[in-house]
Amino acid sequence: MKAKRKSGYDILVIVVMIILAILMIFPLYWIITGSFKDAAAINAAVPEWFPKNPILENYSRLFEKPALRWLVNTVFMAVMSMALTCITAAMAGYALAKKRFIGQALMFSLFVCAMALPKQVVLIPLLKEMSFLGLHDTLWAVILPTVGWPFGVFLMKQFAEGIPGEMLEAARIDGAGEIKTFTTIVMPMIKPGIGALAIFTFISTWNDYFLQLIMLNASEVLTISLGIAKLQAEMATDYGLIMAGAAVAAVPIVTVFLLFQKYFTQGITLGAVKG
Amino acid sequence: MGNSLKRNRVLVWRETRAAYLFLLPALIFFLGFVIVPMFLCLFYSFFNYTMNDFSFVGLQNYVEMFGDPIFQKALVNTVIIVVVAVPTVTVFSLWVASAIYKMNAFSRAFYRCVFYLPVVTGTVAVSVVWKWMFNKYTGLFNYVLNGIGVIDEQINWLGDERTALACIILILFTTSIGQPIVLYVAALGNVDTTLVEASEVDGATKLQTFWKIKWPSIMPTTLYILIITTINSFQCYALIQLLTSGGPNHATDTIMYYIYYQAFKLNRYGYGNAMGIFLAVVIAIFSLIQFKVTNNGKND
Repeated sequence: MKAKRKSGYDILVIVVMIILAILMIFPLYWIITGSFKDAAAINAAVPEWFPKNPILENYSRLFEKPALRWLVNTVFMAVMSMALTCITAAMAGYALAKKRFIGQALMFSLFVCAMALPKQVVLIPLLKEMSFLGLHDTLWAVILPTVGWPFGVFLMKQFAEGIPGEMLEAARIDGAGEIKTFTTIVMPMIKPGIGALAIFTFISTWNDYFLQLIMLNASEVLTISLGIAKLQAEMATDYGLIMAGAAVAAVPIVTVFLLFQKYFTQGITLGAVKG
Repeated sequence: MGNSLKRNRVLVWRETRAAYLFLLPALIFFLGFVIVPMFLCLFYSFFNYTMNDFSFVGLQNYVEMFGDPIFQKALVNTVIIVVVAVPTVTVFSLWVASAIYKMNAFSRAFYRCVFYLPVVTGTVAVSVVWKWMFNKYTGLFNYVLNGIGVIDEQINWLGDERTALACIILILFTTSIGQPIVLYVAALGNVDTTLVEASEVDGATKLQTFWKIKWPSIMPTTLYILIITTINSFQCYALIQLLTSGGPNHATDTIMYYIYYQAFKLNRYGYGNAMGIFLAVVIAIFSLIQFKVTNNGKND
């Protein structure tokens, strides 16, 4: 065997990768450090790479605004979207993967084709629909369309394909009904898939600024993303306050991501395998 | 015979009924909040639909659209974004994935997370930082570029017609590469290693191994990445709303931004929907072309 030796190209790759990694981490680093800086440090002509005199004042000013309310709204919205998506998608994915029924091919292609639709295009009629249902300016106006998006169904179908047919057959012979089979055989088998979908839905709902922007106007339903955008529009020069808001928006979701990144990666990878 | 056929049919019906009961909750949400709005979008696009009018105008909205100079400008900008972002995101993420998929599990996970970070951090939070970086007086770009002598003036990056769109594309790029990298790392990890080793033993160069062995087997992933990146680039909105509001002088208007400007600032819902339908059709055509082209490549 040839001895492994680093060529010039390999070294170049390593250097470029390190530079890129720094660039990718920088925005988050700058948000967190910036949230502890005073106005002079933030607006310094020579960037202050690390806060010399860290202050907490930005955070105390942020929570004088209804930032806590924004956080509670965001968490509620993300958790409800996550729970409803997981339940409905697990049931539908199981049916599409393991049942043989009339109209199956049609149902599946309907879900798949819809995924290629630009979902932002439908927001105008969606807003009208929400007003009609009396849900405009409630968090449900964001939750319901999120649950309707077919990606979850598709993902759960991929996972449910792996359930051996004999296990379902055995349950049936033992006299288990449909619901019992689903809860005792199917659910435990697709648990990793549900985990992946849960984390994916939580993160994407938390960050879906556009949908929130269209559906939520009233101050009592603002989310953390909308809150910061509002701060940015109203007090554009108060960078310390805005950075503190951005930190409060980003740090929880980044933490969730880092804790569960294994599931998350699994989810987007399996969702891409063509079915 | 007749009896077992009958029993069979009963079984099929029972199975079908059970299947639809399992599908029902998802179907309600899917039909109610994805399919119905899609049809409404098409329907409204034939109406002059404003705050105080709702009258059928046929194709009038579509005719107006193609004669609207701002729409044309937005279309050109959108196409520029797609044409620049899609190939660079795809090629770059393939390059990064090739570099990290052979690393040990820890470094692989580390880099995967790092490149996903701008996505997870969220558009609003990320745009706060970029706004500062592009700032004319206190921004990092002017500080660094002046420091190393590339430029000797303070450029108003987001406020200058010549640079604003490029800045948006750069940010879009950093928030778009996370998912393709994860997908490529997985796809490259699945390439049959015996084939790769065999070709190396036969004396194939790295480049030959890549084109003959790896490239065909990651083709489905490439197709998927091309399509999702195209869809996302066509729908570029949030960055523009947060950073430039389409300015200066419509230099960063995209179709998506213009749709919502017409619909929510001017309350012209019908006109907005017509542009939305146009965008959906364009995206569908692009996806179809990419599908055809990449599939042909595979069959060679």
